Amino acid sequence: MRLSDLLPGAIGIVKEFTDLEMSVKLMEMGCLPGEEVTVSRIAPLGDPIAITVSGYQLSLRKFEASTIILQ
Amino acid sequence: MKADIRVALVGNPNTGKSTLFNTLTGLNQKIGNFPGVTVDKKTGYCQLQDGRVAEIIDLPGTYSLYPKSQDESIVFSVLADKSNPHTPDLVVVILDATNLKRNLLLYTQVADLKIPVIIALNMMDLAKKSGLIIDVDLFSKKLGVPVVCISARKSDGIDKLKAAISFANKIALQQESIDVSSIAPALIGQISHEFKLDNQYYALQLAHQHETIKFISPAESDRIEEIEQKFSFHSQKAQATETIARYNFINDLLYDTVKVPATAQEETLSNKIDKVLTHKVFGFIIFFGILLFMFQSIFSWSAYPMELIADLFVWIQSTLHQLLPAGPLTGLLVDGVIGGLSGVMVFIPQIAILFAFISVLEDTGYMSRVTFMMDKLMRKVGLNGKSVVPLIGGFACAVPSIMSTRTIENWKDRMITIMVTPLVTCSARLPIYILLIALVVPNRNVWWIINLQGLALTGMYVFSLVSAVLVAFVFKLILKGRERGYFIMEIPVYRMPRWKNVAFSMYERSKTFVLRAGKVIIAVSVILWVLASYGPGNTFEQIEKKYQQLQYTQHLKPDEISKAIKSEKLENSYAGVLGHVIEPVIKPLGFDWKIGIALITSFAAREVFVGTMATIYSVEGSAEKLGSVQQKMKAATNPDTGQPVFSLAVAFSLMMFYAFAMQCASTVAVVYRETKNWRWPAIQFAYMTVLAYTASFVAYHLLK
Repeated sequence: MRLSDLLPGAIGIVKEFTDLEMSVKLMEMGCLPGEEVTVSRIAPLGDPIAITVSGYQLSLRKFEASTIILQ
Repeated sequence: MKADIRVALVGNPNTGKSTLFNTLTGLNQKIGNFPGVTVDKKTGYCQLQDGRVAEIIDLPGTYSLYPKSQDESIVFSVLADKSNPHTPDLVVVILDATNLKRNLLLYTQVADLKIPVIIALNMMDLAKKSGLIIDVDLFSKKLGVPVVCISARKSDGIDKLKAAISFANKIALQQESIDVSSIAPALIGQISHEFKLDNQYYALQLAHQHETIKFISPAESDRIEEIEQKFSFHSQKAQATETIARYNFINDLLYDTVKVPATAQEETLSNKIDKVLTHKVFGFIIFFGILLFMFQSIFSWSAYPMELIADLFVWIQSTLHQLLPAGPLTGLLVDGVIGGLSGVMVFIPQIAILFAFISVLEDTGYMSRVTFMMDKLMRKVGLNGKSVVPLIGGFACAVPSIMSTRTIENWKDRMITIMVTPLVTCSARLPIYILLIALVVPNRNVWWIINLQGLALTGMYVFSLVSAVLVAFVFKLILKGRERGYFIMEIPVYRMPRWKNVAFSMYERSKTFVLRAGKVIIAVSVILWVLASYGPGNTFEQIEKKYQQLQYTQHLKPDEISKAIKSEKLENSYAGVLGHVIEPVIKPLGFDWKIGIALITSFAAREVFVGTMATIYSVEGSAEKLGSVQQKMKAATNPDTGQPVFSLAVAFSLMMFYAFAMQCASTVAVVYRETKNWRWPAIQFAYMTVLAYTASFVAYHLLK
């Protein structure tokens, strides 16, 4: 399952990334394997999404979320 | 001022770094440039308790030492360049206590560079409120650095921080966070050996960043590249390994020192606000409501102070006319310089209010919600959610906005944003619009509270946004993209605006506007006054002689004659000749030669338009009948038809011209500086001029 498949309010745990370049940026922002992520909300037009990770909110596009594989 | 110790402030964005900087330095700060790059360098001075003076450098907010933008790349350069005389003696790392995990990543990187560090733990009050218990002593002991709890907003703990700065060690005593050498042992070993480095993390950073940093020579950079090849070093993989190792260290540290409340957290206030403000329907309605309110306020709140300033200038002009002997010098000073200045100074209230709104929107965190809501829409037209910030900032001034496009990582998105930002109605256009709208749009309310003039102004602003979006779409089709775009962005929690910062930004921006515009306007006013007061050859004498003939003196009253002389002199002056030269080109747009003069003088800066109008009509008008520019322009009639010069069609045609024309030398310069290629400002200038002429032509002929 990918992060982009989660519905608002759903919780997942990051397992791995499918894109190295993106993963470096995401990990710097505290979105690492083993970390719990919650989808907080989806932008009014359906993209991007806002997730809660490491105690704060991070916004990323659906495409970027699809590179994050959940456990 | 001579500094005894140099301190750099480092931290993530939204951690209160700027607030702390303002608190430490007060108004005692200056904005300069880092050598070689166009990143703002904010420095200030702070008096320590022991009598020493600390120079504080505010470095751009960043999440890590691996830069994602030009602004961020300066952080590593300042901290690492040992040969630079500005290298800090001490780094204060600001950590947001409510968000320690992510904040600590940057700390561990900075600490590994082995510069003496102090941690300022900000927002401790908020952390306590949310139930976080931080064992500060243990935290400090485990890291081996002094930790000072502060609340930058409430100015709590500032004295303790100052004391910590004055007692700071000259050598770095912090604990190792991770085993840096294990990331790439052979590579780090060889770079350290060849470049005689004693710091392994510095060696590793050189390997990552040698292509972009300025303080190593090309030969050294090439050598590092060779070493990388030799050990098949993969920058991204190494970075990933390092980041994971650092977070392991951070997790262990936080496990021992921070207690998170066990009970499930109730929904935060910020989330509740977001349910409304980023709602599918209400989100956009509220956004446009805020914009409408902003422009209505600019009009209504500034009316009274503007009147005061206008009256003040009229009073100064009439007093000076009485006090000083009549003559060309008095004319130059009173009609030229003061007349020109007054035309622009009356707009200070509006500019201040506009900047106040923009800084409140940024400060509260609302701007990042707008970015979040607009990203998909913006992407459709070739922009990026992050383009919203420069576009809205463009309402104030295109120059800092174009500089702020650096946060957009994607090249194509950034170029398109730069190309369309100058279309957004900036504060220099505001005086022109306000003047022209006040001339032709009646000042009354429709429905309940909607003022017609305010509505017309809002219309101009919306129009500018729509045209920016359309032009962006055209560029999207033309430009070829090179890399993929990102939208990985922190959404900060809502905060009350820091009114001190808002006031500071109002003051700072208005001052910049007055100084920048003031200089140009005085210079242009003087030149213009000379051009308008003297003519080629003996034309002026001939005009005087002509009106002494009986046919005039018998049929006209003395003041009618003097008025006729003045208009004819203006028309035959150097400025008048110049205006007449371009008249054939601008006639299809409904402009006469006087407007032509203003178009020429405002070529390098739009705000000069109003000042020019003021000067031209002061030269023509009589000294006894002083009034505001607006009154004079309203009274102006076309000598051929007897109709007012500033009809609805002419006023809107002029506004269209100023909406599109690239009449701003500073923007041209900043676009060149940001793109490093003359092609971009040239294309921009060309397309905007064509649009300006076309839009103006269409507006004039539709409304005529």
